[in-house]
Amino acid sequence: MALIELDGVSVTFPPRNRRGEPVRAVQDVSLSVEAGEIVGIVGYSGAGKSTLLRVVNALEQATTGRVVVDGVDLTTLSERQLNGVRRGIGMIFQQFNLFTSRTVYGNIAYPLEVAGRSRTEQRERVSELLHFVGLFDKALAYPEQLSGGQKQRVGIARALAAGPAILLADEATSALDPETTVEVLNLLKRVNTELGVTVLVITHEMEVVKTIADRIVVMEEGRIVESGSAFQIFSAPQHPATRRFVRTIVDDVPEEHELEQLRRRHPGRLVTLSFREDATTQSQVFGEIIRAGVELELVHGGVEDVRGRSFGHLTLELRGEDAAVAAVVARIGELVPLTDLGTGEKGVA
Amino acid sequence: MGGVLDGLRDYFQPVIDLQSQFVSAFGETLFLAGMGLVLGGFLGLIIGTTLYVTRAGGIAPSGVVSFVLNVLVNFFRPIPFILLAVALQPFSRAIGVDGIGTGHAVVAIVFGSAFGVGRIVEQNLVSVDPGVLEAARSMGASRWQVIRTVLLPEAFGPLILGFTFALVAIVDMTAIVGTIGAGGLGQLALTEGYRQFEPVVTWTAVVIVILIVQVGQFAGNALARRVLRR
Repeated sequence: MALIELDGVSVTFPPRNRRGEPVRAVQDVSLSVEAGEIVGIVGYSGAGKSTLLRVVNALEQATTGRVVVDGVDLTTLSERQLNGVRRGIGMIFQQFNLFTSRTVYGNIAYPLEVAGRSRTEQRERVSELLHFVGLFDKALAYPEQLSGGQKQRVGIARALAAGPAILLADEATSALDPETTVEVLNLLKRVNTELGVTVLVITHEMEVVKTIADRIVVMEEGRIVESGSAFQIFSAPQHPATRRFVRTIVDDVPEEHELEQLRRRHPGRLVTLSFREDATTQSQVFGEIIRAGVELELVHGGVEDVRGRSFGHLTLELRGEDAAVAAVVARIGELVPLTDLGTGEKGVA
Repeated sequence: MGGVLDGLRDYFQPVIDLQSQFVSAFGETLFLAGMGLVLGGFLGLIIGTTLYVTRAGGIAPSGVVSFVLNVLVNFFRPIPFILLAVALQPFSRAIGVDGIGTGHAVVAIVFGSAFGVGRIVEQNLVSVDPGVLEAARSMGASRWQVIRTVLLPEAFGPLILGFTFALVAIVDMTAIVGTIGAGGLGQLALTEGYRQFEPVVTWTAVVIVILIVQVGQFAGNALARRVLRR
C-alpha cells in the first residue's frame, strides 16, 4: 500500500459571509504517493494545492473522502491521535515560520521537546541535524541573523528533527533567489536519497519540480487535471494548464508573437519537431531533409534534460522547391510529432 | 545661604511633619499597584489569551466563549474607574472582603485592570505570525502546548511593553481608590494636601507617583529590549 493515499478528497470551506458561496478548495482528489518518492504538486495560487498539502498532516480536515497515511485513516482519528501522526510528518514553509524567540538550536529542538525526548537526546539529535544542513556554527544565532537560505535550512532541520517519514514543502523556495533555491533543492534531494524521506512539494515554479520531482501532479480549481512522471509531463503535456506551466521554462511550438518575429527573418516554411530520447533520432530526421535537397536552419527551441532524460522542441526553417518541401514535411511528419507553421504568405497555422 | 535653606525647610515643613505617613502611603501604593499588576495582569493574560484563541479562525475557535467574553470586557472596560470602584462594593462583600478599605480596593483594582490588560494582551497576541503557530501545530504540538510554548513566548516582548503601559493605568487606579479609604499616596494627597490647603503635600505625592511610573516604565522598556534583542 502506498505511504500516502488520498481517496476522493474534497475540502469545502464555509462561505465568508452570509450571502457568499462555500469555497470548494479541493474537489474529489485521489492521489497516492509511494514511500521514497518526490512528488511535485503544481498549480497557480488558489488552485487548492496548499489546502491539499495540509490535508496530509490533518491541519485541514477533508470534508469528504479518505486520507490514509502509513495505513492509518486520519479522518477517523481524534485530535490527540492526530498530534501523534503529525510528529511523523515534517513541514516546511515559504516564509520559513521559525520561532523568533528561539535560537537555531531551540528551533530544531522544539519538535523533540513536544515529543518529550530527554535533554541529552535533544542535544545529540540537534547537533546531528546541524551538521546535516551545514549550520553547526549558527546554533546559537537567532533567526533574524540568518539569510533566507539559512533560515530554510533551519526549517528543514526542524522538520526532520522528530525523524519523520514524510516531508511536506509548502512553496519552500518561492521566497528565495535562484541560487539559494538550487541550494535548498539539493538539500531536499539529499533528505530524500540519504534519509529515505518521502517528499511532497507544492510550487508554482516549474524549475523546482523539474529539478527534483519524480512525479508531477497539476492542479487547477481544486482538481487534479494531469499527473505523470516528470519526463512525461515536461516532454508531452496534455492539459492546457500543464502546457502553460511547461511553457514557462521549455521552448515549445512558438507562440503567435514569437512566430511573427521569426517570420520577419525567416520567410521559408516553418515546422516544429518534437523529439524524445526514446523515439526517432534527430540524425534520421535531418538526414531525410538533406537527402531531399531541402535547406534547413534551426530557428527556435532547444533540448531539455529532465531527470537524466532528454527531449526537445526544435523549430526549423525549410527552404527549397515548394513541392520538395511539401514532400519532406509529409515524410518527417511520419517520423516525429510535427507542427506545421507554414510560411508567411500562405500560412497554415 | 542659611536663609535659603531655612526658607526651603519652612516651605516643606508640612511634608516633613507627614514623613512617616508618606512612607506608609508609598508602601500602600506599591502594594496596590503590585496586586493590580500581578493578579490583574494574570487574569488579564488569561482573558486576553482566551479572547485570542477563541476568535474565528483561531487555535481553539469558540463562538460562544468569544462572544460572552467580549460582552463582559466591553461592558466593564468603559465604566469610569471611580464608579466601578464604588459599584463593586456589593461584590466585595459577597466574596467576603470588607466593602471599604484596602481589601475592597484590591478587588476593584484587580477587576479594573484584568479587563483592561485583557484587551492589551489580545492585541499583542495578534501581532504573532500565525504561520509560526501553524508550524508548531504541524510538529504535533497540542493546542495548549502551542499557547504555552510558542504563542506566549513569541509575544513576550510586546507583552512586557503592554504590561508596562497598563502599569500607568493601574497606578492611576491606586490613586482613585484613595477616595474610598484605601490609603496610598492618592489618599494622602487628597486628605492632607487638597483638603488641608497644602499644595506642597499634594505635589510631593504627585512627584512620588511620577517617579514610581518612571521607574516602572524604565524597567519595562529595558526588559522588553533584552527580550526583543533590539
